Amino acid sequence: MPLSGNRQFNDTDSRLSKSIRAIGPLFAWWPEYRKSKVGVIGLIMVGIFIFAIILAPYIATHDPTFKDRDFMWKAPSFSHFFGTTAQGKDVFSQLLHSGQISLMIGVAAAGAVTAMGTIIGLIAGYFGGIVDEILTRIADILLVLPRLPLMLVLAAYLGPGMSTIVFVVVILGWTRIARQVRAQVMSCKQHTYVERAKSIGAGNFHIIWNHILPNVAGVVIANFVLECVTVIMLEAGLSFLGFGDPLHQSWGMMLFNAQNEGAFLFGAWWQWLPPGACIAVLGIAFSFIGNTLNDRFVLRLKNIKGGA
Amino acid sequence: MENEQYFEVDHLTKFFPVKKRGQFFGKPIYVHAVDDVQFTVRKGKTYGVVGESGCGKTTLARMIMHLEKPTSGRMLFKGQDITLFNGKQMKALRRQMQMVFQDPFGSLNPVRTIRNIVAEPVRVHHIFQNRQDEKIKVQEMLETVGLSSSDEMLEKRPGQLSGGERQRVGIASALILGAEFIVADEPVSMLDASIRADIIALMMKLKEEKNLTYFFITHEFGMARAICDRIAVMYAGKMVEVADAASIVDHPLHPYTQLLIDAIPPLIPDPNWGKNISEGEVPYFTVPPPGCRYHPRCSRADELCKSEIPELVDYRDGHFAACHHV
Repeated sequence: MPLSGNRQFNDTDSRLSKSIRAIGPLFAWWPEYRKSKVGVIGLIMVGIFIFAIILAPYIATHDPTFKDRDFMWKAPSFSHFFGTTAQGKDVFSQLLHSGQISLMIGVAAAGAVTAMGTIIGLIAGYFGGIVDEILTRIADILLVLPRLPLMLVLAAYLGPGMSTIVFVVVILGWTRIARQVRAQVMSCKQHTYVERAKSIGAGNFHIIWNHILPNVAGVVIANFVLECVTVIMLEAGLSFLGFGDPLHQSWGMMLFNAQNEGAFLFGAWWQWLPPGACIAVLGIAFSFIGNTLNDRFVLRLKNIKGGA
Repeated sequence: MENEQYFEVDHLTKFFPVKKRGQFFGKPIYVHAVDDVQFTVRKGKTYGVVGESGCGKTTLARMIMHLEKPTSGRMLFKGQDITLFNGKQMKALRRQMQMVFQDPFGSLNPVRTIRNIVAEPVRVHHIFQNRQDEKIKVQEMLETVGLSSSDEMLEKRPGQLSGGERQRVGIASALILGAEFIVADEPVSMLDASIRADIIALMMKLKEEKNLTYFFITHEFGMARAICDRIAVMYAGKMVEVADAASIVDHPLHPYTQLLIDAIPPLIPDPNWGKNISEGEVPYFTVPPPGCRYHPRCSRADELCKSEIPELVDYRDGHFAACHHV
């Protein structure tokens, strides 16, 4: 019994120290992370995207809003890498500039979703009782509501715009992270070191900040990255259905415009394929990173319990 | 001063409600974890509580530290009733009483450095204004418990230390606020045998140096005999025998105490050892048996034991036992 006990602890320790490294010094996570090929590929892909999108004004060959009457619906060529739209706009330049909007909305909304989910999960998991009961019921209700129709209704009601998309995504999206954080918190607070902190006289805030949050950081970070995927997809979906911000064109808006201008009907594949591919590839890249973080840095119950 | 009544517990009781699987309605049944326990810890002494797992000794320690709310009863610290202290009053009191935990692996947050762990109490209580003073104090405490106070040590994490070292860190952290009353819940039971003696010796040394009072929980009679001044034996939530350490070991009055003493394996193998030890485990009593709780396992049990609860009676200047057949 003592022997197997020790082995369990050591196992937990090594898992824990991995998660410490994930949240410790800035690049301490790298040695563990690099073991996953998929994760490294995802990181490189996202790196390329971010690089291209930040440098969009310098890479873009044309003004994305300029309508060239002489070049309407031209197939890809050396002057227009991805061809032109029905209005004569350069698809390649549009793609780069729209990427800024897509990525920004994605990261901002995912950040807001993660923050909200984490806070609610911490409160529900730590305090338990009636507070937990109420928050869990609200999450359950949001979880069973059909997502897309509700989003359409909300978006239609609030009017198109970036903030609408962020708002809708946050209101409906926090439940998944909240549930995971809550579950982690509930297992964390059983630890004797939480008890020890209480016996010292520490307050709830101190305990959550020092003893609970570091243990859920892995879940939070992994979920943040995965949430980026969800949000980028949702944003694309809402924009494609016409609820995007007309002033800030995103990849979803590009698809919406392609549909409006009849690119699908007339076989102008270069107008819809690039934004569609970008959404898919960026989503996959974020998934790669998120899943790698999830696999390598998130403490799971089975890891803690499973000695042999 | 020596015999001052330092920490007193009066009719302390803790019932845990339990629901049967699938039971949603109706009255919960209760586990009698600690039932009507009374004792007095004297200043500068070590009060030992001995009992098998599940007899309620950890619940008792948790109630003393206000980690568990008693169902009924009173606790007095230096003559002051602390049973109903609120969070703020209790926080002030925690400077004087601290706990050393059983599990040196789980009781230190593996994410934090040794420096942070030892300094946590002084941070919670806002003792030092600047980090340098705090660091000096932490180093002093580490030296007190026999650990290195190098910068390297301060930046280590619990995972890099051995069990004994971790427990020393736990003790350092418990003593950094200058607490005088230490509740030690089986502080060495999870350590290797060779390290136990070191930790116990350290605790005894600190007791002398800092005039500490210990409330020491253990399941080993030998340990209790070696370090405690007074020993209480608990069985199924009740104290069955309370006496000075020498008296209880040399002349145990209660059959359960006798059993615990007989259960210590002799260092020189004895072919007769273990032959007459009664069987059974400490039951979790949801419905305690009428009369003496020990009677289902007891060799002396008769009709009286089945009907009447024995009281703790003083049989020999300060040697209390709760048995009808002494």
